[in-house]
Amino acid sequence: MNAINRNEQRALARAVLEIDVNNHPGVMSHVIGLFSRRTYNVEGILCLPVGDGSCSRIWLLVNEDARLPQMMKQAEKLEDVIAIRRHHADHAVFSELEDFFRP
Amino acid sequence: MTETLTGAQIAIRLLERQGVRTLAGIPGGAILPIYDALGQSSIIHHVLARHEQGAGFMAQGMARATGQAAVCMASSGPGATNLLTAIADAKLDSIPVVAITGQVPRAMIGTDAFQEVDTYGLSIPITKHNFLVNSAEELLEVIPRAFEIALSGRPGPVLVDIPKDVQMQPIEIADWPAPGVRQMPPPADALAISEAAAMINAAKRPILYLGGGVVHAGAATVAVDLAEKANLPTVMTLMALGAMPVDHRLSLGMLGMHGARCTNLALDECDLLIAVGARFDDRATGKVAAFCPQAKIIHIDIDAAELDKIKTAHVGIAADVQEALERLLPLVSENARREWNTRVDELKRDFPQHMPDLDQPLSHFGLIRTVAVCLDDEAVIATDVGQHQMWVAQGYPLRRPRQWLTSGGLGTMGFGVPAAIGAALAEPQRTVVCFTGDGSILMNIQELVTAAEENVNVKIVLMDNASLGLVHQQQTLFYGERLFASQFKATPDFVKVAQGFGIAAVDLDTAANPCAALMEAIARPGPCLIHASIDVQQKVFPMVPPGAANRDMIGA
Repeated sequence: MNAINRNEQRALARAVLEIDVNNHPGVMSHVIGLFSRRTYNVEGILCLPVGDGSCSRIWLLVNEDARLPQMMKQAEKLEDVIAIRRHHADHAVFSELEDFFRP
Repeated sequence: MTETLTGAQIAIRLLERQGVRTLAGIPGGAILPIYDALGQSSIIHHVLARHEQGAGFMAQGMARATGQAAVCMASSGPGATNLLTAIADAKLDSIPVVAITGQVPRAMIGTDAFQEVDTYGLSIPITKHNFLVNSAEELLEVIPRAFEIALSGRPGPVLVDIPKDVQMQPIEIADWPAPGVRQMPPPADALAISEAAAMINAAKRPILYLGGGVVHAGAATVAVDLAEKANLPTVMTLMALGAMPVDHRLSLGMLGMHGARCTNLALDECDLLIAVGARFDDRATGKVAAFCPQAKIIHIDIDAAELDKIKTAHVGIAADVQEALERLLPLVSENARREWNTRVDELKRDFPQHMPDLDQPLSHFGLIRTVAVCLDDEAVIATDVGQHQMWVAQGYPLRRPRQWLTSGGLGTMGFGVPAAIGAALAEPQRTVVCFTGDGSILMNIQELVTAAEENVNVKIVLMDNASLGLVHQQQTLFYGERLFASQFKATPDFVKVAQGFGIAAVDLDTAANPCAALMEAIARPGPCLIHASIDVQQKVFPMVPPGAANRDMIGA
């Protein structure tokens, strides 16, 4: 994605977003595009189908900055986004994956 | 009873069932099955544009003039990429447009096939929503849904990309889906409405700030009712012009970068700003920190993401603005507000919009006013983008919502002529005037022949200064008068060009009686180009320099 910009260097904390979406090609582009067009780096992405596969859940690890509430409102407006929830950075979903990301 | 139809026939039948009677487009290889089906439709009139961007702006003209969703079509590849600017323009101004594009057959997607481009991917950031259709069955769901999305909530463009094999796929149809219609949002929060009413009732110096959302929601009448009941001085954004007649006693006209001095100064003094269907665009606010510095803010918008985006609202209401204003109206008390309105009248008297040479029909404001004298409020006024656009916004007596068609958010030169054609196609009983400049008109000049072919009642008033006027103005004012790439060294003979395209043309420069020539040209039915040279030294004033506060305007 994009290089870290000054806004993001200033951001100390991180947040985890949990986004329920319809599962079809292009949905990830819609969601991620909202971040990339604002040069808002996404640090981590995890996505898998849920239940019968008609829906997916996207987990995003992002820097917490002043733009995050606006980002969430913009994501909520997407037709294929069903729900969006915000968690603290210590949420288990990414911390338990750390073993797979050792250099 | 079932019938067997191809995807293309289904698409056209669904458009007919949506109530589409006119659409604009250009055929090409990947959309030929749809065009074959369209050719068999006795209900839909197809307007053959000469460039896909023209088709996109014709659809916009239809949608802006009527409020209904309008359709444009293009083939894959360059057809689709040519549509993109018109779609992006519709996104920024919240215009309900449904764009249908042909795509290469599914088996060839991703192979760099002839005229293949990732239309779906390209259109993600500039549409409200988009679809890549996978089967003929899916069309039954996607097309009504495309209209529903385009019209519901904050309106916007929706793109439907249909691969050629899907267009050719035959399926059996037993039942047709209901046409897609506008879905209403939940009602406004009652507590927030009463809070807003209490704030208005308590305010000493309130201003009502109307945006394009008021026009989209059909809320102009109730907005004027509210203003009159509580005697609220009212400002409008570029997109809202016409929502309140500019000569209404409470109207302060357009705010912002090219607003009148009195308008921006009144905003500087207000203690409550009631923003309705407006989004605090930078051209309206100037330096945000200095915009209405003393004011509390009530913000009503159908798009919750607009609340607190630029300015934090003291009361934010996410709702249909018509519904919200109708519920607000009975809770707001009648109030003469003499002191504040006297102050605003003082500002209007001391700092009015300066319009020199109004009695000269060949001055910029004189030309605009002379055109206005020839017309009534039933006329539609379209513009292109540039100095002429701002002068018309400042000087034309707009009095009716949907009277005014202009590219606000994206500011697309080339918008005017095709948008005016679209408006004239949708509302043939009206005279449509398109004010344009010599820079703008060349960006979609090819649609003059479409105007001739359709014999639309469009009068194109070309204000020719042989320059990119706003660039010239900014270079003069802010770049040390280093004029570069803003003056045309060669200029076409626009009268001959128009005649060559098959439409009537008149040159006011050489007319013995310019006033009479103008009146005659406007009165004669059918398309006509009216050419007038204007002075390149004229500036759009007043002007807020880029980055400055609105109170720091320069120029008269």
